[in-house]
Amino acid sequence: MDTRVRPKLRVATTSLAGCFGCHMSLLDIDERLIDLVELVELDRTPLTDIKTIGDCDLGLIEGGVGNAENVEVLRTFRHHCKVLVAVGACAVNGGIPAMRNSFALSDCLEEAYIDGVGLYNQGIPNDPELPLLLSQVHPIHEVVKVDYFLPGCPPSADAIWTFLTELLAGKPIGFPYTQIHYD
Amino acid sequence: MAEHSTFRLDGRPIPFAPGQTIMDAALAAGAYIPHLCHHPEFAPHGSCRVCVVCADGREVSACTAPAAKDMEVESQSESIRALRVSILQMLFVEGNHVCPACEKSGACQLQAVAYDCGMLEPHFTHFFPRRAVDASHPDVILDYNRCILCELCVRASRDQDGKRVFAISGRGIGSRLIVDSPTGRLGDSRFAITDKAAHVCPVGAILPRRGGYRVPIGERLYDRAPISRVGDVAANEEA
Amino acid sequence: MLNPSPSRIAAAVERSLARLGRDPSLVLQHLIALQQTFSFVPPAGIDRLVAALGVTRAQILAAIDFYAFLHLAPRGDYDILFSDNITDRMLGNGRLMTQLCQLLGMSPGSTRADGLVSVGLTSCTGMCDQAPAMLVNGLALTRLDDARIRRIAALVDTRVPLPHWPQAFFAVSNNVHRPGLLLSDLEPRDAGLAALRQQGPDAVLAEIERAGLRGRGGAGFTTALKWRFCREAAHPEKVVVCNADEGEPGTFKDRVLLTSYADLVFEGMTLCAGIIGAREGFLYLRGEYRYLLEHLEAVLQRRREQGLLGQGMADTGTDFDIRIHLGAGAYICGEESALIESLEGKRGVTRKRPPFPVTEGYLERPTVVNNVETFLAAARIAEHGGYWFRSEGTDRSAGSKILSVSGDCERPGIYEYPFGTSIARVLGDCGAQRTQAVQVSGAAGATLGVDEFQRVLAFEDLPTAGSFMVFDDSRDLMEMVRNFADFFVHESCGFCTPCRVGGKLLRDLVEKVAARKASRHDLDEMRRIADVMRRASHCGLGHTAPNHVLNTLDKFPQIYASRLASADHTPAFDLDAALAEARALTGRDDVGAHIAADVGC
Ligand SMILES: Cc1cc2nc3c(=O)[nH]c(=O)nc-3n(C[C@H](O)[C@H](O)[C@H](O)COP(=O)(O)O)c2cc1C
Ligand code: SF4
Ligand code: SF4
Ligand code: SF4
Repeated sequence: MDTRVRPKLRVATTSLAGCFGCHMSLLDIDERLIDLVELVELDRTPLTDIKTIGDCDLGLIEGGVGNAENVEVLRTFRHHCKVLVAVGACAVNGGIPAMRNSFALSDCLEEAYIDGVGLYNQGIPNDPELPLLLSQVHPIHEVVKVDYFLPGCPPSADAIWTFLTELLAGKPIGFPYTQIHYD
Repeated sequence: MAEHSTFRLDGRPIPFAPGQTIMDAALAAGAYIPHLCHHPEFAPHGSCRVCVVCADGREVSACTAPAAKDMEVESQSESIRALRVSILQMLFVEGNHVCPACEKSGACQLQAVAYDCGMLEPHFTHFFPRRAVDASHPDVILDYNRCILCELCVRASRDQDGKRVFAISGRGIGSRLIVDSPTGRLGDSRFAITDKAAHVCPVGAILPRRGGYRVPIGERLYDRAPISRVGDVAANEEA
Repeated sequence: MLNPSPSRIAAAVERSLARLGRDPSLVLQHLIALQQTFSFVPPAGIDRLVAALGVTRAQILAAIDFYAFLHLAPRGDYDILFSDNITDRMLGNGRLMTQLCQLLGMSPGSTRADGLVSVGLTSCTGMCDQAPAMLVNGLALTRLDDARIRRIAALVDTRVPLPHWPQAFFAVSNNVHRPGLLLSDLEPRDAGLAALRQQGPDAVLAEIERAGLRGRGGAGFTTALKWRFCREAAHPEKVVVCNADEGEPGTFKDRVLLTSYADLVFEGMTLCAGIIGAREGFLYLRGEYRYLLEHLEAVLQRRREQGLLGQGMADTGTDFDIRIHLGAGAYICGEESALIESLEGKRGVTRKRPPFPVTEGYLERPTVVNNVETFLAAARIAEHGGYWFRSEGTDRSAGSKILSVSGDCERPGIYEYPFGTSIARVLGDCGAQRTQAVQVSGAAGATLGVDEFQRVLAFEDLPTAGSFMVFDDSRDLMEMVRNFADFFVHESCGFCTPCRVGGKLLRDLVEKVAARKASRHDLDEMRRIADVMRRASHCGLGHTAPNHVLNTLDKFPQIYASRLASADHTPAFDLDAALAEARALTGRDDVGAHIAADVGC
C-alpha cells in the first residue's frame, strides 16, 4: 500500500451573479463527496464560510459578472487559483441574470425601486456599501482568463464529478453525451 | 445508370446520383453531417455554414456542393469539428440564447448540433443585442432573440405556403427577420399555425403556444441521444 | 423637408412606373427614383409600389434596410456623405467633416433639426485620385479643402439649389498618367463590331480565346471560356451584364473608362451579345457614379440611332439593347451573383454556386457578367486580333492592366502597364517616396512591405482588380487596418455566419488593439476568427475580408505589439465605463463606484 501522503488539492468556490444552484449540484454528488474530501481541501467557499482566499489549485466560479463586487471577487480568484473554472450557465454565458441585458439599467432599477407595485420609500439605493451594477451582466471569460467551462443550469452532479475526477487524474476532460447540456 | 458513383465521407463510400449534393447523398446513406439551415424539403441555402466539410482539400458547404465521383470528403476530422464549433459559437454570441429559460431546450437543433460538436462554451464576446418578442399572434410566439437567420421560415412561407410572410431585412450584422404585415407584427399577417412556416424553425424563435415543457427533462428529443443519431427536429415531429 | 403630399407621391410613382415599367424586378430602380425625388422613400410610395408591382411590403422594407442610399426617414434637403476610404482619411476627410458640421451647427452622422442638411460618411466613392471627396444628393464633389468646405456651408445655409453650385466643384478629372495598350487609342471605331459582321461570332470568339483575355474584375476567369459556356447553355434567352459597381476601395479606373471610353465598353458588350446570342444587356452602375448616368444614356441613345444597338443592331441579325440599372450603396453588389439579385430588385445577397451565372443568372437565364475593362479589352481584341493583345504581359497574364493609383504619391491617377510589371516600377512612376507599404487590389487584397516591391502584378503573383494604394513611412498602418475592418463590417451582406458575425468580432478586436486595451491573447483570437472567415465564408467578401489583418499581423507586427497591454489577458469591455450608468442613476462617485485596472494582488 502506498503510504505517501498525497498533497490535497486546494479548492475555492464562489457564487457571483448566480443562484447557488451550481453549489447545490456540487453537493448533489452525494456519497462521492466522501471520496472527494479525500482528494481536496476547501479554501474560501460558501460551503465552509471561509471568507478569505489563499493560494489554491482550483477555483470554481458560479454566476456571471453583474456588479463591481463580482469583478473584485472574480479577480481575486483569478490571482489565487492556478486553474479557474466557469461552472454553470451564468458563469459560461451570463445565464438568466443576463436576461436583464435586454433592458436599460435605468429601466431595471426604476421597475425594482420606483415603479414596482407595493413599494414604499421609493428611490434607487445609493449607499456606498452597496456594489454598483454593471450596465450588463457578463460571462466571466469576458473579464478574466478562464481555463475550463462546465455548462448546465446547473451542471449535473455527474458532470461535476466527471470534471473533478478527470482533472485530478490529470486526464484531458471528456464528457459523455448525456452530461453536456446548457439547461 | 450503368455504374453507381461514389465518393468517400471520412473514408466511408457514399453512393450518389448525378445532381445530388454531398449532404443529400450523405443523409440518404444514413451518414450525418451537422447542419442548421438545411432541410431536405427546401432548396439548399448554405448560409449557416455549419455543414462545412473539406472536399478534396477545399472547404465547402456540404448542402450546396455537388457530390463528385471519387471525391474525398472529410467531415469528422478535428480540424473541421473545431471550425464548426467556432461557427456555432458565433451564432450563440450573436443572439440571446438563454437555454434554461427556453421552451425549445432539449429539442433545439442549434443546441443539439453544439452538443454533438462538443461545444462547451460560447467563447467569443457576447453581443447581447436588444431584440423584441412578438406575442401578437394567438397561436405562435416569435422571439427574435433566438433567430439564427436560417431563412427556413422565409423559404417555407414562400415556397410551400405561398404567402411570403417572412423576409430578411437589412445587411451585415444588422440583418434581421421581418414579417410582412401592415404593422410588422405577426398577428397582423396572413400567418397561420397550420402553415409549414410554423413548424420549420430549428430553434426557439418561432414557438407554437401551449406546447412548452410537455416533455419532462431527461426525455426530450436530444436528452439521451445525439442529433447525429436521431436526426433533425422536423423529421422527428413528422414521425 | 416638408412631408410630401399624397398626390405628389402618387404622381412620382406613376412617373417612375411609366418610365421604367411594372416588372417586379424593377422595384429597386423605383425605390431609387423615389429616394432621389423625396430624400426618402415615403410610406405612401411603398403602398403604391406594393400594389403596382406585386412585391410584398416586407421585400421593399428589406431592400430599403439593405441599401445604404435608401432611407425610410427623410434625409436633409442637402444629403452630404463624405467618402471614407483610408485615402480620404489620409487627406483629412474627418477634419473637413468636423469643420463643415461646425459651420452648419450640427453633429456628424445626423440631420440638422430644420431638416435642411444631413452629414455622414459613406464607403469609398471612387475618387481617390482627387480626394477627399463627397456626395451631395448622390452627386460626386471632389478635391475638398477648407475653402471648399466654407463655400459649401454657405451654399447650404443660403439654400442655393444644387444646379447653381459652382460647376468646378463637380469636376472629375481622368488623371490618366500612363496610357498603355488600351488607353493610348481613344477613338471609337466600332471596328470590333465590323469584325463580328465580317468574320462571324466563331472567329471573333476564337480571337478572344487566342488573346488569353482574363477577367479584369479580380477573379481572372478566362473570358472566352465564360462566353462559350453561356453560349452553350440550354436556355435560349441570354443576358450580358457589365459590372460597373467598382466598389473595391481605391479603384476608380472603371469610372474613367465609362467617362471617356463608354463606346468601347458598349461595343464590347454588343460583341458579347452577338457571340452568345443575347438580346438583353445591363450596365450595373454603382450609385456613386450616378453623375455619369446622363452621359451614358446619351451614348446608348446615339448608338441606337447609329443602328449599333436595338433592332437588327450592327447588321448581325440580332436585336440587342442595353439598360442601365443603378446600385444604391452596397459593395457586395459587385460580386456577380449579388449583382444579379440586385438587378432583379432584391437585396444584394450572393447566390450559391453552382449554378453559375453562365447557366442560371438574371431571371434564371444564362448570363455573362464581366468587368468594364474586360469588355473594353474584348472590343479592341476583336479589332486588332488576339496576337496583338498577347504581345504584352506574361504567359498566364496576357495584355495590360489598368491601375488606379492613390495614397502617398505625387501623381495619383490611372496607369496602364503590361502584366508582369513590378510594384517598384509603379511606385517610381507615380512619384512615391519613402513608401512603407502598398495595398494591392483594394481592402480585400494584399498588404505588401518593402521587401516585396520586386513582386509583379500578374495573376500568377499578385492578382489585382487595379486598386493600388500607397502608404509612406509617416503613416500608421493601424489606421488602414481600422478603416478596412470597418468597411467589411459595413459591407458584409449578412447571409453567412462567419462573415456576418466574424467580421464584427474581428473589427471589435481591432478597435480594442487600437485603444491599447488588448493583450497578446487577443491577437491569437484575431487569427482564429480570420481563419474561420477565410475557410468557411460563403463568398469572396468573407474569404478576403480578414486578409489585411493577417497580412499586417505577419508583416507589420509592431503596429500591434506597440499597443499591447502588458497583461496576458484583458477584459472584453471597459469595466469602469460599464459602471457609468449606475453612477449616474445613484449620483455616486466614491472609490467603490469605480473599478480600477487590475494590477494583481
Ligand atoms: C465582394 C466582391 C466584390 C466585387 N466587386 C466587383 C466590382 O466592383 N467590379 C467587378 O468587375 N467585379 C467585382 N467582383 C468580381 C465579380 O464577382 C466577377 O468575378 C466579375 O465581375 C467578373 O468579371 P470579369 O471576369 O470580367 O472580371 C467582386 C467580387 C466580390 C467577391
Ligand atoms: S433556441 Fe436553442 S440554443 Fe437558443 S435558447 Fe432556445 S434552446 Fe437554447
Ligand atoms: S425564425 Fe427560425 S426559421 Fe425563421 S429565420 Fe429565424 S431561426 Fe430560421
Ligand atoms: S461572405 Fe459575407 S458577403 Fe459573402 S455571403 Fe457571407 S455574409 Fe454575405
